[in-house]
Amino acid sequence: MKLLAMQLGHADGQSSTALRGLSPFDSSKSPATVFWLAVHALCCLGSLVLGFRFSQLLVFLLFSTSPIFRAADQTASDNPIFLLSNPSSTTVNQSTPHVAVGRHGIRVRPWPHPDPIEVMRAHQIIERVQREQRAQFSARNPDPRSLIVITPTYVRAFQAMHLTALMHTLMLVPYEVVWIVVEASGVSSETASLIERSGLQTVHVGFEQEMPAAWEERRSLEAKMRVHALRIVREKNLDGVVMFADDSNIHSMELFDEIQAVKWIGAVSLGILPHSTVDESDQAVSKIMNESKSLITVQGPVCNSANQFIGWRTDNRSTDMHRGGTQVDDQGSHLTGKLEWAGFVLNSRMLWKDAEDRPEWVKDLGSLNWDIDVDSPLSLLEDLSVLEPLGNCSCRLMVWWLRVEARPGSQFPKGWLINPPLGITVPSKRTPWHNAPPELPSIENASSDEEEIDQHPTENQRHERSFGIKRWHKTETVEPQLLRREPVEN
Amino acid sequence: MRSWSWVFAFALVHAFAWSLGAEQRPHTERISGSAGDVLEDNPVGRLKVYVYELPSKYNKKLLQKDARCLNHMFAAEIFMHRFLLSSAVRTPNPEEADWFYTPIYTTCDLTPTGLPLPFKSPRMMRSAIQLISSNWPYWNRTEGADHFFVVPHDFGACFHYQEEKAIERGILSLLRRATLVQTFGQRNHVCLKEGSITIPPYAPPQKMQAHLIPQDTPRSIFVYFRGLFYDVNNDPEGGYYARGARAAVWENFKDNPLFDISTDHPTTYYEDMQRAVFCLCPLGWAPWSPRLVEAVVFGCIPVIIADDIVLPFADAIPWEEIGVYVAEEDVPNLDTILTSISPDVILRKQRLLANPSMKRAMLFPQPAQSGDAFHQILNGLARKLPHHRSVYLKPGEKVLNWTAGPVGDLKPW
Repeated sequence: MKLLAMQLGHADGQSSTALRGLSPFDSSKSPATVFWLAVHALCCLGSLVLGFRFSQLLVFLLFSTSPIFRAADQTASDNPIFLLSNPSSTTVNQSTPHVAVGRHGIRVRPWPHPDPIEVMRAHQIIERVQREQRAQFSARNPDPRSLIVITPTYVRAFQAMHLTALMHTLMLVPYEVVWIVVEASGVSSETASLIERSGLQTVHVGFEQEMPAAWEERRSLEAKMRVHALRIVREKNLDGVVMFADDSNIHSMELFDEIQAVKWIGAVSLGILPHSTVDESDQAVSKIMNESKSLITVQGPVCNSANQFIGWRTDNRSTDMHRGGTQVDDQGSHLTGKLEWAGFVLNSRMLWKDAEDRPEWVKDLGSLNWDIDVDSPLSLLEDLSVLEPLGNCSCRLMVWWLRVEARPGSQFPKGWLINPPLGITVPSKRTPWHNAPPELPSIENASSDEEEIDQHPTENQRHERSFGIKRWHKTETVEPQLLRREPVEN
Repeated sequence: MRSWSWVFAFALVHAFAWSLGAEQRPHTERISGSAGDVLEDNPVGRLKVYVYELPSKYNKKLLQKDARCLNHMFAAEIFMHRFLLSSAVRTPNPEEADWFYTPIYTTCDLTPTGLPLPFKSPRMMRSAIQLISSNWPYWNRTEGADHFFVVPHDFGACFHYQEEKAIERGILSLLRRATLVQTFGQRNHVCLKEGSITIPPYAPPQKMQAHLIPQDTPRSIFVYFRGLFYDVNNDPEGGYYARGARAAVWENFKDNPLFDISTDHPTTYYEDMQRAVFCLCPLGWAPWSPRLVEAVVFGCIPVIIADDIVLPFADAIPWEEIGVYVAEEDVPNLDTILTSISPDVILRKQRLLANPSMKRAMLFPQPAQSGDAFHQILNGLARKLPHHRSVYLKPGEKVLNWTAGPVGDLKPW
């Protein structure tokens, strides 16, 4: 097949140059014809033997015009383009041709790889085009309000991962953002150093209570922290749309566009991803999982056909799946069927001490008892029917609720450096990483003790985390090698 | 003094109204080519076309034999016939007609794989012309100078798919005086006659409309192309196909992240074009391709890599302002060229492409709508009116050579 192609091509190459003199209607075998035929046959045999287009090379060397040689001699800066295939452009048409028929060379530049400056410029062009598209076509509020984002957080192993993800999401939001970060156990420098990289307008407050280990108490403390943040909104009279972004949640950019439409209080659907801590070897759990059509539970408002809010939808099935263990990251039942704060959006004027047009069904925040567990923003309402369902009456899932934490007592090294290296390691029993990450370097400490190992696991973990989320319905029990170190021979 | 204040007030009001009007259309820009603002002209009333009644072996029977002729990119000839039959410019009286149309489907002879064979087309055309010259006096009156033919094949009326052979044959001698409506257009080429009207190839409008995505989907692909770079069956080494230009695109940019180019046939081809900023439209075996139509319909700026090409309706559409022309020898620097275009120019091109009259002018919708390609062809014909005196021959004067051309063409069809 290749030989045949070679010979066909060889015939082409030959006919366009070497046999030009032959007229196609010449039937008598003149000596010239015989000679050329013999040459042709010889070249065919030669190509067969040598295995490449011998005739092409010959023709190239004998008949091609000088530019080819000039190109080969000159330096790259002079003539940067060289030709891949042998050009033998013949002019067949009679009128003055600007474009010639026949074989042309394939021009390849000496370094056919992307230039980073050009790539940067292309991205600027794309960004400009997209900005124009957004300005023209997206049904956007012409007068966007600023966003007030309330995030409760605390210092823990995965805080940097979660908080960085949320920070980058907020940095991409095309509106003004005021980020209120409430931190349990007071303001810490780790959190502060993370947040100040964002360039956003941040309010970092501490809450003088430690984050407990049990899920239930954790929930109530988070609620208290959020109410504390709402108090700040009220005191400072911040104006805008209040949304509750937990640091481990996943937000879609459309969410921020969608919540601009809220008038007083709105609700979006949450997709709940609880299965990271579910033990699927448990028979009852796997039975439920097999029965359920989807592995995602959705918590959100439900509308009737007139797009009016008529009720809630939560999935109590999820509470059946989680049994035992109230510790964080155990097979914990951290879902109680209660409504999550992340699904609610408020107009900040609802919280002000004196807003002129605040409707009567809003309870004044100052009149509430701070110590009572404010379960959800619904406690601010007298009348539930005023709730506005957002996002196509919550058909669209734009927020994903997820709680992924390391085991309590996980140490995380400061700045991701372990110094000195750990003497004893205990492999963690179950973490959300179902497959061992192949790209994490396993540290061989054969020679020196004082080696500083710079891991940069944030990227790997992020990759691994999303990897874990995609594959979480096929879990295997694999020993994760995350914090494993070879025992050091001293 | 009072009259001056009135004039001043009138001018103010006028300026205000004009500025208001200008603000209401920020998304699109008006298109005016070298012939002026002619895309929205209505040809009805400006010309009259007489449609010859040819026996169905020239048109309907061919279609019955193979209905695939309606879907390939040469289908313009069939749809033009149908359009003219029911159009308001058609006249039953040949005496008052300005133009005469011969409904002959020369590209409807398809191989099993769907490619049209042009080998019988010259004979078919010749036989049709013999018929109309013997049955009606209008051909002999002008020797075809007020007749027009739709020849959408690769190289127009040269009736061959290989460029060398097409150039050898040249335009059919009998069509030397007629106006040719063809998709092929290349300057200084034998197969493009002076005064031809270049049309876009046929692309199915319903299929394209069915794949539209919301306009606010961000355009995130910088350069997009799907198609062959090397024609392995006919030109395995490259160099002949596309004059080496497509192969050069591949060799230079196959690992460039800005260039989304491959030989795939994705089902999301149309959707991807709507997510791209630039769409490459390089030449193939012939310089024209339906990619141009698709790029215009989907708002993707066409990058035309075909030296000396004449694009459709070139006198009505200012293609230099809409697309980007890149010479074949500059293909290795394509990334530099495209990234050095200023964003304002790119936005302006996108505004011109967004103009609905631009998109309409490239399509052949069934049933015909105002401003579509059928109407642009009629506009082009109308712009050539009135006919010059030299069109009409003195009785008995013969200009055409009926026996010119290869011997095989003279056989009856």
